[in-house]
Amino acid sequence: MLDTREPVTARPAARAPGRAGWRRKQQLLAWAFLLPLVAYLVLCYGYPLVTNVDLSLRNYTVRTFVHGGAPLVWFDNYAGVFTDPTFRTALLNTLVFTAASLLFQYGIGLAMAVFFARHFRLGPTLRALFLVPWLLPLIVSGSTWAWLLNSESGVVNSVLGWFGAGRIDWLTSPSWSLVSVIIANIWIGVPFNLVVLHSGLQNIPAEVYEAASLDGAGAWQRFRHVTFPLLRGVSAITLLLGLVYTLKVFDVIWIMTKGGPGGSSTTLATWSYQLGFGSMLPRFGPSAAVGNVLILLAVVAGLLYIRAQRRQEEA
Amino acid sequence: MKRHPLIRLLSVAVAATTLAACSSGGAPTAAGGTFTVWDPYPQFDATSAWAKVVDKCGADAGVKITRQAFDTTDLTNKVLLAAQQNTAPNVLVVDNPVVSTLAEGGVLKSNADTGLDAAQVAPNLLAAADVKGQVYGVPIGANTLALYYNKAVLTAAGVDPASVKDWASLDAALAKVHTAGKKGITFSAIGTEEGSFQFLPWFWGSGANLTDLGSADAVAALAQWKSWLDKGYAPNSVIGNTQTTSWQEFATGEYAFAENGTWQLQKAKTAGFDYGVLAIPARTGGAAPAPTGGEFVTVPAQSSPDAEKTAGKIASCLTSPANVGDSDTALTYVSAVPSVQEKQVAAQPELKVWVDAVKVAKGRTGDNLGTRYPRISEPLWGAVQAALTGAKAPDAALAAAQATAASAK
Repeated sequence: MLDTREPVTARPAARAPGRAGWRRKQQLLAWAFLLPLVAYLVLCYGYPLVTNVDLSLRNYTVRTFVHGGAPLVWFDNYAGVFTDPTFRTALLNTLVFTAASLLFQYGIGLAMAVFFARHFRLGPTLRALFLVPWLLPLIVSGSTWAWLLNSESGVVNSVLGWFGAGRIDWLTSPSWSLVSVIIANIWIGVPFNLVVLHSGLQNIPAEVYEAASLDGAGAWQRFRHVTFPLLRGVSAITLLLGLVYTLKVFDVIWIMTKGGPGGSSTTLATWSYQLGFGSMLPRFGPSAAVGNVLILLAVVAGLLYIRAQRRQEEA
Repeated sequence: MKRHPLIRLLSVAVAATTLAACSSGGAPTAAGGTFTVWDPYPQFDATSAWAKVVDKCGADAGVKITRQAFDTTDLTNKVLLAAQQNTAPNVLVVDNPVVSTLAEGGVLKSNADTGLDAAQVAPNLLAAADVKGQVYGVPIGANTLALYYNKAVLTAAGVDPASVKDWASLDAALAKVHTAGKKGITFSAIGTEEGSFQFLPWFWGSGANLTDLGSADAVAALAQWKSWLDKGYAPNSVIGNTQTTSWQEFATGEYAFAENGTWQLQKAKTAGFDYGVLAIPARTGGAAPAPTGGEFVTVPAQSSPDAEKTAGKIASCLTSPANVGDSDTALTYVSAVPSVQEKQVAAQPELKVWVDAVKVAKGRTGDNLGTRYPRISEPLWGAVQAALTGAKAPDAALAAAQATAASAK
């Protein structure tokens, strides 16, 4: 930023107007630099967001969607969504899906980051290989998991069969479908956690570990009292980003189970899509309402994060 | 620099708004003698017979044609958005159950306005595009469902395919196949329109009607499917099967029967085993009415009546018996015109069972259901899934579905 703390006494009186003009010019320039960003935010985020809110407050039919004039029904769509029995299932599934995915993605990611922090031969190569799930298109990962978990001919069931386990209907049983999509989503999310946490580990000075070792700390104590606390900031941002990504996960679930069977793996994201685009007669109003509930959830999560961070800064 | 919490909050919020993504826009218009044709045939590139017919029909009408192919599930939403932005195509080839939705939405022009003539088309096929006495478009052809069977598996189990005439004899055949150590039947009961499409031949074949999902006949049809899963005649994977994955199961050669469509005929020939095709039996014998599949060539509303008339000419050309034959062959569709159907059978006797099936087939949006059909189909596939997974008994599942369908007006 500009440093304007110039001693007033040093400024000759005659130069004052020119100085003010220069300052105004600087301010205009600053706004000009801001303009593209503001325009971008309004066009690509503000407008869709407002449209989505508008969609959710109107009763759209195909005719009114095309020709306009959909009547304003205020919160009817929301009331309809909240009283729908699917809402409970979708909300609960979203929470379970998000919590389980985050917990395991973070846990496994951290364990692997600590593992790869010790330098050993082929370490970087192996680490690069672990990134593959992140680089694959979701349609490939989703289809592959669906194929692996197929109850008749899937690899997972035949491997389990060698150990004498019975057949599990991973994708076609209401009690397993959510577990299956969570497993696939964890697999997809681990590399992101690994990369971010690994780079966080690089920033912890080696001296701290040396000092801890001199004080007689073992491996677990070094992790518990050095690595984990010093990684707190990176962990928080990893988990928050993970939370926002996971709340809106759609592709993997849609490809593997379509939210089924019988809605057993439906989350708010897949339900919103199902309402808007899943049948031949789109229901844009309720679909937008579910989408907005999802956004609100993300905002609440964001608020919690900001509050936690502020408390940490104050402490 | 410390960012303001509000800005941070906003950036969190926008990260979650990909559901309301920016649309790509920029659909072509009819300006300057260039007409656009949208179809759901991405498998046909510019060198295909279909693309050439499209170009020729444009040339005959004196305009240049830009053709765009979409995935069929994408097309409805693309068209609705385009219609909202006044950038709908001049000619639209669209799946038949969508026609009544688009017509009621005022997206399509009726044949009376565009000069399209559907007089030669079989009435049971045209019913899907009949909205309050006005017809919107002409079918390019039709497909439907039947039972493919694996001859080797049936012979090994001692089943004569000709003996399968009703549900009881089909059950008996499945029991024999099961005893012989092979798999019985595969179909698609996925929780989408495909699931309803596959269930309808049994639903209608049992005597049930879409206006009453909870009827005893409907329950009998669902109980029949459920019993196949319980007895091990059908694999559990049918609950998640699309028609494509169901076909892949049949193609392993382990299954005796597969419920699938006309469009698999080409693949059947390369499956590496001898196959045959049976009409899906009704509960008490005879062929069950299967739902019609296949697209309609339609004309969306345009800026001027002249453009609509020209588009009508192109649509007439695309569906004229002289041109549509090649398209139907490429798509392995049965023609929508009875006289052409006879020619198809004369040229390819194996098509007879399919032509017969198309003759008794029913449009899903027929019976004046129109835009009510999607509101019935969704609870129906939900009930099928609930029953097959064991979450609900067939009668309870269908009663709940009927309540949902009745409340959604």
